[in-house]
Amino acid sequence: MSPILSVRNLSRNFGAIKAVDNVSFDLAKGELLALIGPNGAGKSTCFNMLMGQLKPSSGTVQLLGKNIAGLQPRKIWRMGVGRTFQITATYASMTVVENVQMALISHHRRLYSLTSFAHKLYREEALALLDTVGMVDQAERHCAVLAYGDLKRLELAVALAHDPILLLMDEPTAGMAPQERIALMQLTADILDARGISVLFTEHDMDVVFAHAHRIMVLNRGELIANGTVDEIRNNPQVQEVYLGGGTLFKAQEDAHA
Amino acid sequence: MGLFIAQILTGLANAGALFMVASGLSLIFGVTRVVNFAHGSFYMLGAYVGYSLMQVLPGMVGFWGAILLAGIIVGLIGVIVEICVLRPVYSAPELFQLVATFGVILVIQDLALMIWGPQDLLGPRAPGLKGVIRIMGEPVPQYDIALIVITPFVAIALWYLITKTRVGTLVRAATQDREMVSALGVNQAWLFTGVFFLGCALAGLGGALQLPKGGADLLMDFTILGSVFVVVVIGGMGSLPGAYLAAVIISVLNVFGVTYAPQSTLVLMFVVMVIVLMFRPFGLLGKEEIAGEHGQVGEPERPIKPAGNRMRLLVAAGLLILGLLPFYSGNFAVVLVTDIMIFCLFAASLHFMLGQGGLVSFGHAAFFGGGAYAAALFVTYADTPMELALVLAPICAGLAAIVIGWVCLRSTGVYFAMLTLAFGQLLWSLAFQWGDVTGGDDGLVNIWPSDWASDNDVYYYIAFVLCIGGILLLRQAAHAPFGYAMRAARDSARQAEAMGINTKRIQWVAFTFAGIMAGLAGGLFVFSKGSIFPNELETARSFDALIVVFLGGVKTLSGGWVGAAFFEGIKDYLTRFEYWRLALGLSIIFVVILGPEGIVGSLRKAGERFGILKVPEDAT
Amino acid sequence: MLEVKDVNSFYGKAHVLNDLNFRVDAGTVVALLGRNGAGKTTTMKSIMQLVKPRSGTVTYKGQNITGWPSHKVARDGLGYVPEERRIFTQLTVLENLEVGRQPPRDGSTTWTETMVFDLFPNLAERRNNLGKALSGGEQQMLTIARTLMGNPAFILLDEPSEGIAPVIVEQMARVILQLKSEGLTVLLSEQNLHFAQAVADGVVIIEHGTQKFVGSLSELQAHPEIRDQYLSV
Repeated sequence: MSPILSVRNLSRNFGAIKAVDNVSFDLAKGELLALIGPNGAGKSTCFNMLMGQLKPSSGTVQLLGKNIAGLQPRKIWRMGVGRTFQITATYASMTVVENVQMALISHHRRLYSLTSFAHKLYREEALALLDTVGMVDQAERHCAVLAYGDLKRLELAVALAHDPILLLMDEPTAGMAPQERIALMQLTADILDARGISVLFTEHDMDVVFAHAHRIMVLNRGELIANGTVDEIRNNPQVQEVYLGGGTLFKAQEDAHA
Repeated sequence: MGLFIAQILTGLANAGALFMVASGLSLIFGVTRVVNFAHGSFYMLGAYVGYSLMQVLPGMVGFWGAILLAGIIVGLIGVIVEICVLRPVYSAPELFQLVATFGVILVIQDLALMIWGPQDLLGPRAPGLKGVIRIMGEPVPQYDIALIVITPFVAIALWYLITKTRVGTLVRAATQDREMVSALGVNQAWLFTGVFFLGCALAGLGGALQLPKGGADLLMDFTILGSVFVVVVIGGMGSLPGAYLAAVIISVLNVFGVTYAPQSTLVLMFVVMVIVLMFRPFGLLGKEEIAGEHGQVGEPERPIKPAGNRMRLLVAAGLLILGLLPFYSGNFAVVLVTDIMIFCLFAASLHFMLGQGGLVSFGHAAFFGGGAYAAALFVTYADTPMELALVLAPICAGLAAIVIGWVCLRSTGVYFAMLTLAFGQLLWSLAFQWGDVTGGDDGLVNIWPSDWASDNDVYYYIAFVLCIGGILLLRQAAHAPFGYAMRAARDSARQAEAMGINTKRIQWVAFTFAGIMAGLAGGLFVFSKGSIFPNELETARSFDALIVVFLGGVKTLSGGWVGAAFFEGIKDYLTRFEYWRLALGLSIIFVVILGPEGIVGSLRKAGERFGILKVPEDAT
Repeated sequence: MLEVKDVNSFYGKAHVLNDLNFRVDAGTVVALLGRNGAGKTTTMKSIMQLVKPRSGTVTYKGQNITGWPSHKVARDGLGYVPEERRIFTQLTVLENLEVGRQPPRDGSTTWTETMVFDLFPNLAERRNNLGKALSGGEQQMLTIARTLMGNPAFILLDEPSEGIAPVIVEQMARVILQLKSEGLTVLLSEQNLHFAQAVADGVVIIEHGTQKFVGSLSELQAHPEIRDQYLSV
């Protein structure tokens, strides 16, 4: 089966620095692919290129065979790619359900309508989406007063509004408590599984990654140094050295300390 | 050739004051992130203070001493303003700071009027530099030569201070990350005050230095503000060499303009600005603004809801009372309320793009005055009947908004505000200078409604239908998907773009829509008054609208027209006092610091407290 | 030397720190451990008064510094090294150090550029480069060097090992031990337990803004279940 997303030789330079260097990978339908690596390894740069925030210096990104590299975020979204942000981005002056309605209004191209009432449009669909993420009881709350974990769930509902084929999630569980993280990721995995959506996500919490990723890619200094299953990555010595840590690094000091 | 060189020298001499004011503004903005709209006022103060000092201090030493002292005194006045007005609002949203500095403008205007009187003051000539020298046969005033020499020294001294000294290093560090500077043991409160002193002193110095060339008058503050913004935008915010370069370009251009195209001098500089911005959005030597830190402070806005039945009933009752006005009151009230309604529409149009879209425009009068002039021009030159002119006014204003919006929306935040102000000034200069067509200062007169509408009561109903209709349309738009999209773009452009919303285009359409409505108000205005003068395009007019929106309550749906109705209503009474600007300026400053929710916001809070309005579940 | 007592801090309405209580004795290194978002940075900022605690007190050298302006706290000898390498990118290395410079203070080392460059030889070669031209590791060194120029007696190090190459992490650990040997007291926040084990005497674990464990390093090592529950290993 042909991949949903196919990235070839993706590179991005900032001056002389190669933030992302010749990265290639495929993402299959329904796959949960994790992108991990130390801070500054190029994960965000890579992500921003896939989402259109940043233009690649070279390389191609194909979504179902169509090149999307260099397109603006809103065009990529219209092609069926959703995203969630590392630092949640929601509309603070609206209610929870209006946040989701906004995505639906945009999806149905009614943004320039002046005669209808926005709060009445696509309300049922929006409530149904909130229901899937367990937020329907908070639908009428003011977005600005939500707890962080609820904002994350709202963002997920918003990202699902246009029935995406691919979801890009930037550190979906950042800033959450451990129990919350596991719950959120389980919820995400279930929804995506049910809808057959493919996911590429970055994450710092290895518990989350090891528990949910189907496959893991490791980025270090802009280069893809490993790409494999959970077990392959866990036992890859190079990955242990640059990222996971093998516990040997401070052996000497530890001994001295004891 | 001689003339050419002489003109370049005049331009260079004129660049001095402009550079000093612009660099002061740029410096203050760099560190405090406040665009000091009162900077022109400090320039004006410099001229007045310098004038007074020169009366007392004799001779050459006295003259130059007076200039230096004027700079220092103005700097100290700046310190007072910084401590009393700005310190309390540093953490407030940008708009609040801008409005606060506008309050300062009003206060300084009236204080200057109080102290120095309304007449223009002729600056004394510099002792020892009263003559001219001949360059290739052309006379060049000696004082010009002195200015040409002095300015680079000031520029270099500033450059040295900023790049080579410890204080300068701290200032540059604070420009980037204030919190970190303070965590490293630097008292940033005094650093801010110091920078404000320096910036204001530079403005004062500029004002005093130009005395022998221009004297002192009460309009200097706004006159220079437009040019200063142009210079800062062309040179690049925060760049000293950029400010110098841009000041020279603008001044030299001006001198040539006076000779070769005397009717377009003011227009020229805006044309240059637009061209520069098209190729370099951050100015000639400016750097791209590093985003970050500008955290919006204060409560986030509440979700909006269409009015409930009780409120609709109330509005209907109000409209009924308003609609029957001609039946129970005299001519005076009818004319007054006509004016009030027109101003309400104007303010509501600004409030629409400002409140829903977060677009702080400082040049909205361009569309109000633009619409008015469009109608007046059609009547004057094409004998257009009122009915058609009232259609053409909003169309022309809308077309202007399309063009101006396209340029201004390339920038955001304060740059956007400055650009809109500059365009407002551009239209004003067109009206003012293109006398053959616009009548210049004499304006266009005899613009009266068609016969059937010439009765005040009939015209009242025309204004009633169009203004109330316009305000209701704007309100409907706020509840429609379009208004929501504007808020989405304002709340989180990142998320909006990531969900398929073309935020720039939404803002562009909103800008145009607001322009159309302001144009309609302008059209109604001109037929109500029978005439139009350039002052309807002035920056002060844009500020009027901004102030009423602000005092009415930015974060409410009705703040615009409520504020406008309130102030237009009491203006007649207020302006009978000699120093009403002072009173208004002080009240603006107090409102910014003490009651930033405005009239509607405060009423709402009071209503909730006393149980008249329902408190939303999530309210704080 | 530093005592945090019943501290509660908020960001807007979010209750970020909940009744924190711990102390750091003179001459020791204490590691504040917890995952991303546990409240480590807010703890640092609350001590520094960059975030003003809503209740509770921070006492430094016997003085209650709660509510002080941050610059006064810094001048009292508390040095703050922020996370995410917040150097002044538009300033050169030397200028960055200049911003950090404070007058000599009794009871702590008076640092000069030369001494700082001895500690971080990489920076010496790049003294005239702009901050933005430095690598991540060099930027991290510069944040520490800059704070040292204020001659602190106590430093707060926020996630010194985050996102930098392992080699540099080792160098960081060595620097911290060296500073300790010169008499500095250190409170550092970490996610990396290995790093903390290499340098710290005492440990404070926080989770969701609440303190879960306070004790010595050996006490923590005796309770692996605490470690497993709150820290990603």
